[in-house]
Amino acid sequence: MNNLSVVGQRIPKLDAAEKATGRSRYIQDVTLPGMLYGKILYSKYAHARIVRIDTSRARKLEGVRAVLTGTDIPEIRMGVYKDNPPLKSGKVRSYRDEVAAVAAVDLKTAEEAIRLIEVTYEALPAVFDPETAMKKEAPLVHEAHKTNVLKMPWKLHYGDVEAARSEAAHIVEDRFSATWVTHCCLGTSGCIADFDHDNHLTVYSNTQIPSLAQKDFLGTLKALGLKDRRARVIKPCIGGGFGSKLDTYAYEHVAILLAFHARKPVKIQFDRKEEFIATSTRQPAIMNIVQGCDENGRLLFRDIRMILDNGAYTSWGATTPSVMMLPISSLYRVPNVRYEALCVYTNNTYAQAMRGYGNPQATFAIESAMDALAAKAGIDPVEFRRINANHGDEVTPQGFRITTCGLAGCIDKVAEALGGGKRKKGEGVGYASLVHVGGGARVYKSDGCGTLMKMNDYGQLDLFTGATDMGQGADTVIAQIVAEELGLHIEDIHVIHSDTDICPWDVGAHASRTTFVAGNSALGAARQLRSQIVKIASRVLDVDPQDIRLNDRMVISRQDPEKKIELGKLLRKSHFSPGGNMLMAEYFYDPDNENLGRDFKGNLSMTYTFGTHGARVRVDEETGKVEILRYVAAHDVGRAINPLLLEGQVYGGVMMGIGYALTEQVQLEKGEIMNPNFRDYKILTAKDTVPIAAPFLETTDAEGPYGAKGIGEPGCVPTAPAIANAIYDAVGVRIKDLPITPERVLAALKKKGGDDTCGIDPLTEKVYDCTS
Amino acid sequence: MDREIQFNLNGNETTVVIKDHWTLLHLLREELGLLGTKEGCGSGECGACTVMVDDLAVNACLYLAVEVDSKKVVTIEGLASADGELHPVQKAFVENGGIQCGFCSPGMIMSATALLKENATPEEDDIKHAIAGNICRCTGYVQIIDSIRKAARAEEGDTVRVVAWQDD
Ligand code: FES
Ligand code: FES
Repeated sequence: MNNLSVVGQRIPKLDAAEKATGRSRYIQDVTLPGMLYGKILYSKYAHARIVRIDTSRARKLEGVRAVLTGTDIPEIRMGVYKDNPPLKSGKVRSYRDEVAAVAAVDLKTAEEAIRLIEVTYEALPAVFDPETAMKKEAPLVHEAHKTNVLKMPWKLHYGDVEAARSEAAHIVEDRFSATWVTHCCLGTSGCIADFDHDNHLTVYSNTQIPSLAQKDFLGTLKALGLKDRRARVIKPCIGGGFGSKLDTYAYEHVAILLAFHARKPVKIQFDRKEEFIATSTRQPAIMNIVQGCDENGRLLFRDIRMILDNGAYTSWGATTPSVMMLPISSLYRVPNVRYEALCVYTNNTYAQAMRGYGNPQATFAIESAMDALAAKAGIDPVEFRRINANHGDEVTPQGFRITTCGLAGCIDKVAEALGGGKRKKGEGVGYASLVHVGGGARVYKSDGCGTLMKMNDYGQLDLFTGATDMGQGADTVIAQIVAEELGLHIEDIHVIHSDTDICPWDVGAHASRTTFVAGNSALGAARQLRSQIVKIASRVLDVDPQDIRLNDRMVISRQDPEKKIELGKLLRKSHFSPGGNMLMAEYFYDPDNENLGRDFKGNLSMTYTFGTHGARVRVDEETGKVEILRYVAAHDVGRAINPLLLEGQVYGGVMMGIGYALTEQVQLEKGEIMNPNFRDYKILTAKDTVPIAAPFLETTDAEGPYGAKGIGEPGCVPTAPAIANAIYDAVGVRIKDLPITPERVLAALKKKGGDDTCGIDPLTEKVYDCTS
Repeated sequence: MDREIQFNLNGNETTVVIKDHWTLLHLLREELGLLGTKEGCGSGECGACTVMVDDLAVNACLYLAVEVDSKKVVTIEGLASADGELHPVQKAFVENGGIQCGFCSPGMIMSATALLKENATPEEDDIKHAIAGNICRCTGYVQIIDSIRKAARAEEGDTVRVVAWQDD
């Protein structure tokens, strides 16, 4: 496979020049004739009964075209648990609850109308801590649900953990926690809903799930009594996704409802504060882990119990345990595994998917505990990981069939890059590895993606894919795969991925699945097109079909390279002759992976991706400040279709992971977000960049397009534990709660030194207990 | 209050009637239809709205429109040459992975361009300083810094290369 001409090249993103010149159109830049501006009124309480809503003054305001409250709309329920109406009636359960909405001729009028709506609340006792919410006497977030604990049975047990525990030579037990962080897409959320005269709906939305969003919107149409109408989703250029757009949000349904009532297109565009408050976070988790090994350092068991703060409603955050199971059962070889997670309603904000989907949280606990266990067993942490590393061609306790596995290679690469060298006082090195789905993930009944193609008379291809590009470069990677297969140049391929009326179905841009699934789908269609070309060429050139090769826009005989024809010329010949034809192809690729079945077993992905990260840090023992001196992120990528974009995914993932480890936190004070802006929410800037090396290991997976595995998420998965382990190595304190702020490091150092003065968080002025 | 101002916008003399409280961002996006300049926060915290006023990078969301009277404003739309040839900074961003979702890119490119106008051979720290106010969530800044470095010293060629290795 080394004679590749397009695959493996550092080709710039196809839309980069459009973006560099400011020509790309994001939802912020789209307006429709006659469009109204929608605004949402949010709750003033974390938990309260809505006694009365008076909208009369808002309705009378000049320029207002529609005002809606929870009692004006039909029954619509959003989210995995269907517990979330787009406008609330009866009571509010969190500060982000949508209470009313207006549409007006301009934004100012809409904002003014929102101010004129008077809501009378009766405050209810609220609960903000999941462990408290589990108690009998805790206030109920959803009375009808009868308990705050969601009825989601996240529970598995493979082998016999108790027996393994009694045999273990070394055991560690600990509690870790991960808090709320949020995606911070630079382009805020927004949408436009537009009905035509016959009530067919078009929604412009920056979604990662056009096909599933279409289904949700059809549900809203049905609720409006428009059962047989169409819904079309058009996705403008997306200003960052990272999982935030994997569900439909209240604002999208509200825009539809407003547009239906006003008979005009309605746009809802979030500002930054709203983006912080009304979009979802990464799932927070409290994680108890017990892990043990034999005297040779072989892992015997892993036993994890988690409590997840579900917030007031249920989106994808509540299903993150399905992905947490992956590292829990299958990161390193561990024969006996037990896991249980409880999702608990509180009056906090609710979580969504976010890059890595539960994997960063679980890996933080697992890899921190791996280090502690290595220390207890008296084994070097790198050696300990080598001893337990996964191998290719094996099946893990959860039934994941590992095909290729570059974990050992990644461990070696990172150790080689970071090990050795003199270590100064306060410096340390830490490691952590990851496993993630790399060949799709069958979370829905289908994990498929469709591709349509048509080639014009000049050998130029229009490719319609279900895949979503939100900046990661799906369009470019797909074009490279197809160009390679058809002997085209990258510029011959035009990828269209923006409209459900035009593009085939796809389950969505999640689970690092796009290169693998959309890539294989495009490859399938390209192969069909190729065989059509070969058939025509064999006739025209009078050569055996087996003998034909496509390269550099030419169709050539291998045997007799003199027999060749320019592709466009061949197509024109074939098109403009009696019984002529045109080249078109379609392909739907649905991988042969499995849904998690009974006991959560099943081969979720066609292949799994592995990696190891390592950090060298310096900890200032006076201030508790952690400085990363060098960071190495080695990944098994199958094959690098485009190293330039691949590096971009890893660098971006690592920096997001470093933020997760050290600085980022949505500060919730009794359910209210205290830092809904970039001043107080500490996202890393260019000044915080660290030297990152991103070596790739190519294992060329048989199922991947040209051997590739997915790599969108892994960059941010093992970052926090690698850093936490480096801090431990440097100064001997283990920080178990994210983010690892200087205050927490200092408090831990003081505690270690026998001093009980505790750290104070500068943001919340909360005093940190030294025991945490 | 309404007021007439005159300024040079991307090389063209421009006269507009504005309101005192308008920001430059409002003037560009809402009144003049130049949508390349982005709004990421509206309060001076993200840099997505960066444009150049008299060769200096400013946050258009904070800068009042009245202030550009008789000045020279360059936005992302005014950077490429008239025949469409990309500005070297744009070209470097395109070629070196400096752009993913692209929402930060217009502002980032304007900050970088202003830096290079002032300092043609910046050190890495100068680059980081110049774009410290431009948030990018996608790239981790690595390839952005690389792009700016390459725009400044095109002749020095590639700096970072990724190593791929094959296991057997
Ligand atoms: S929009 Fe101006 S700094 Fe963010
Ligand atoms: S490229 Fe997406 S924010 Fe920078």
